[in-house]
Amino acid sequence: MHGMTLNLPPKPKRKIGLRILSITLFLLIILWAFSGINYLGVMSTAANSIRGMVNGILNPDIDYITNTTVDGLPYALLETVAIAISGTFVSGILAIPFALLASQNIVGEKRAKIGKFIITMIRTFPELILALVFISVVGPGAPAGILALGIHSIGMLAKLYSESIESMDIGVKEALESCGGNRMEVLFRAVIPQVMPEFMSYTLFRFEINMRAASTLGLVGAGGIGAPLIFAIRTRFWERAFTIVIALVITVTIIDLISGRIRKKLV
Amino acid sequence: MMTAPHQDPIVVTRPPRIKFWVTFAIVTFLIFGSASFTGFSVIEVMINFYKGSRLLIRMFFPPAWDYTPRIIGPLLETVQMAIVGSLIGAVVAFPVALLASSTFISTKWVNMPVRFILNIFRTIPALVLASLFVAVFGPGNYAGVVALFIFSFGLISKLTYESVEAIDQGEVEAMVALGANKLEILRYGIIPQILPQYMSYTLYAFEVNVRAAAVLGYVGAGGVGQIYERALAWRNFDRVGMIVIISFVAVLLIDLLSSAIRRRLV
Repeated sequence: MHGMTLNLPPKPKRKIGLRILSITLFLLIILWAFSGINYLGVMSTAANSIRGMVNGILNPDIDYITNTTVDGLPYALLETVAIAISGTFVSGILAIPFALLASQNIVGEKRAKIGKFIITMIRTFPELILALVFISVVGPGAPAGILALGIHSIGMLAKLYSESIESMDIGVKEALESCGGNRMEVLFRAVIPQVMPEFMSYTLFRFEINMRAASTLGLVGAGGIGAPLIFAIRTRFWERAFTIVIALVITVTIIDLISGRIRKKLV
Repeated sequence: MMTAPHQDPIVVTRPPRIKFWVTFAIVTFLIFGSASFTGFSVIEVMINFYKGSRLLIRMFFPPAWDYTPRIIGPLLETVQMAIVGSLIGAVVAFPVALLASSTFISTKWVNMPVRFILNIFRTIPALVLASLFVAVFGPGNYAGVVALFIFSFGLISKLTYESVEAIDQGEVEAMVALGANKLEILRYGIIPQILPQYMSYTLYAFEVNVRAAAVLGYVGAGGVGQIYERALAWRNFDRVGMIVIISFVAVLLIDLLSSAIRRRLV
């Protein structure tokens, strides 16, 4: 056998032209993107701001932390968490019918496409704009934020739900149908028990996202910690601003840890 | 009456459901607690429902079609901000992701602090970052880009270090056995395995950034958010409707394009 040379298989031919074209296109897009960013230098007050920020990080606003009234940190944080929980709950329920309407093994391919389009549309509507719409419905405050999160989250949850419905084992459903189960029975005995753990896991994941979203809704007056935070930043009250940011980071981290642990157990 | 069957009845004992009911009670408490704490009432929503629909009608029936030319500019600016933010974020994220992954650098006191910092970056909402940077750089899209950069950096690093940890260690071990140094392992063992995922995460961050950038203008950080704010401040709801429609089309196009590329990558 010795003396024989083994030839390597030939390298697959690369389409050089296509490669050059796509790289050029990519570079052009990046050049275009950079050309739109105008750096106007830092503000003349930037040094002061940064000094203030560092000072703010080092000196937490103790009065604000210990203030247990409506104007204090604990209340605002609790309200933010409550907005996130309620908003997630609302969307968790509302997303189910949308998900069913977008799953092709439930309503057929054509109708599922329409359902998917509606879901995408909901997802694109920015939360802040929704919050403004709902402020005109229920007035400024936490309920507007809950509704905004509740509606906006349908976009993501219904998409994930419908994906898990579409990938479920269809055998159970068919078995029930062949035994004469009606639509409702099929839904409650075959579909829901199978997809429930995944649904809950997605809902918890969305809760983590909503926690972050809830902390900015206050910007437009929809409740939560966003309002005092933005106010503190605008008035350069750095002690308070960073107290809130740090409190937010801690809260979100704890919630992420708990929710992540539960999600691992669920799926 | 039928006679009783002769065999013993089969006794089915359900597994204890205490855990289920405890969880159920906690969740119910959290939901109702939150609802009452925030004063959320379904009835009030129902009563005021017509106000909301009236507003939606003012936004979309009809939207301000003639406002379109003035939306395109800020919208393109939003896309530019998202591209630059996610690109720089991705470039910086790569080395940091390596530092954070325990399979590449197996020193806990390097991984842990890096992950801790990444976690902080990911926790602060982009909008808050943007308003902080507006205070430093002044209003304009530069502050927005820096905020998006920090945000995508946190996101891409986290996803990438998780992929680095999840790769097939066989190839890496084979290279170690052959005496490859860290750089060679990186170049021939790790990068070929994670590159498609890394690029896919970058595109994903870009998609998220386009959505995030759309509201950054609200705090003065450039992009389509600033015309949102103006239209809302003047209560020109038909213009708001038009911005929503055009942003929707743009986001849809970008998502389609980006997911087509992603499907080819992974």
